[in-house]
Amino acid sequence: MQVHRASFTAGARDMAPLLLGAAPFGLITGASAVAAGMAPFDVTFMSMTVFAGAAQLAAIALIGSGAAAWVVLLTTVMINLRHVMYSAALAPSVRSYSLGARAAMGALLVDHAYALASLRFGRSDDGLNRRDYLLGLGLPLWVTWTGTTAVGAYLGAQVPPAWQLDFAVPLMFLALLIPSIRNRPGLVAALTGGGLALLLAGLPYNLGLMVGALAGIAAGTAAESAGRALAIRGRA
Amino acid sequence: MSRPEIWWLIVAMALLTFALRASFLLAAERLRLPPLLRRALTYVPPAVLAAIVAPALAQPSGTALGPVDVRLVAGLVAGLVAWRTRAIVATFAVGMLVLWGLTWLVG
Repeated sequence: MQVHRASFTAGARDMAPLLLGAAPFGLITGASAVAAGMAPFDVTFMSMTVFAGAAQLAAIALIGSGAAAWVVLLTTVMINLRHVMYSAALAPSVRSYSLGARAAMGALLVDHAYALASLRFGRSDDGLNRRDYLLGLGLPLWVTWTGTTAVGAYLGAQVPPAWQLDFAVPLMFLALLIPSIRNRPGLVAALTGGGLALLLAGLPYNLGLMVGALAGIAAGTAAESAGRALAIRGRA
Repeated sequence: MSRPEIWWLIVAMALLTFALRASFLLAAERLRLPPLLRRALTYVPPAVLAAIVAPALAQPSGTALGPVDVRLVAGLVAGLVAWRTRAIVATFAVGMLVLWGLTWLVG
């Protein structure tokens, strides 16, 4: 395999500033997994293979509370559904690449990589090997993510429970939630999802999360449609 | 769950996540995403994350400040920091410091 070095370097350079944000996230993921009772090796293996922070944090909390495996898997799918959107958005830009190259790009298509790649691939003549640009984005992030998870897990094992490090998990989700609310329909989605999940928190199998999330998605989509209808009527 | 069970669970999580990420990259010719579904997917992050955060913050830790749990207070302050700074580290640091401070004060 011939790697187009300029493309790889361009990706790595674009990703560099985001590594600073990913590192503490990885440390906290490792530490909170140990606080929830997972072995350091296991959470490191998880970061290496799953490579999806929010889904991992949710899974860690569920495993810690003794949830069934299918509940963990359903929650993983729910949280990672957004990646289907990334995949669909980038697919036209990489149609000419081999199946193996597209699979490699898929493995690395995390939030940060998608955000940066969608900016670059939007231009028609970027002169990039898109596979190697995505590898340049994804590999440094993967190494940082796996490495900081391992460090966090081994350091976290030394932290006494009185430090309440398990609280790091809701804090991380909060830090992800707030920037994800970009407009009014997004706020409607969050309020509906959060409110319903809170009301249904007593339901078994993490069903409160599922119902709340689906209702929130529907409410956000409906709010966007309503907003559009109003805008069209306002113009008429 | 036993450790081998956790390992299998992690493998299954990895495969599912890869399937979601690679879906359209590998099979764009055969898959179709209706416009309504495409719009709905943009609301997955706020809806799902809020559905995780709200019950987690409302869960009582046992240490209360009057009628409210200290974790809820710490969570609300951290939410404010997240909104103003959009910085993960600042959100985490402030949330933990408020939690420790209140736990120390009350406990």
